[in-house]
Amino acid sequence: MTASILFFVLATVALAAALGMLLSKNPVNSALWLILNLFCVAGLYLSVNAEFIAVIQVLVYAGAIMVLFLFVIMLLNLSETPDLKRVDWRRIFAFTLGMGLLAMMMFIVADALEVMPDPIALEAAASNGSATSLATVLFTKYAMPLEVIGILLLAATIGAVVIAKKQPV
Amino acid sequence: MEITLNWYLTLSALLFSMGVLGFLFRRNAIVMLMCVELMLNSVNLSLVAISQSLGDSAGLILVFFVMSVAAAEAAVGLALVIAIFRNKLTIDITKINLFKY
Repeated sequence: MTASILFFVLATVALAAALGMLLSKNPVNSALWLILNLFCVAGLYLSVNAEFIAVIQVLVYAGAIMVLFLFVIMLLNLSETPDLKRVDWRRIFAFTLGMGLLAMMMFIVADALEVMPDPIALEAAASNGSATSLATVLFTKYAMPLEVIGILLLAATIGAVVIAKKQPV
Repeated sequence: MEITLNWYLTLSALLFSMGVLGFLFRRNAIVMLMCVELMLNSVNLSLVAISQSLGDSAGLILVFFVMSVAAAEAAVGLALVIAIFRNKLTIDITKINLFKY
């Protein structure tokens, strides 16, 4: 019972934070709403016993990436903030209706094919999300992708420095 | 009421569509990048929920890699925003038309 209450509270706050990110005019406010959303998602990771992913979420997303965003927002020091585009509510309504219809059809098809997911078995998942079991898999079976990700991050770092450098005109 | 996997997937879909809407309707390039982060994050949520539901750690490993790609994307994207701001003095994407002519 407490688990379901926790889920609903976290889900509601996450959705409200996402909405706040969409609707706030100041980009700094958007970034702060997104940080709240990321914290709520980290709480949801905890609720399915994925502790290590939750810690990484807080460290990497809410820590590193969002600090980078806030740093760039404050570095640019925008004089006028571009506000929301003229919102056409009919198109939003049509988009929402279409997505709802698509979701309903996919639900029906999945139900007919009997591929509906089972409830989350927390007992089986308890050993799955720990740092030990994750590291064992990551450094044995997925060692090669890990190295590739390292090269990708190096390339992204060098690329970011080169792109943001002052160009000699 | 028991929380099943469907609830997590529904929440993930809602967050993803919010990210899509923000990406389509915002004009600030930095906020658009943040919406991309929101979309990646919702995909991570569904990956973690499915992985824990099946008791398989492959999804959690994939979440690692998605986070790394998100970090790389944020770094390069913000560097691009800085470079564009240096040239055009705006990050309003309706005023950036480098490919127009």
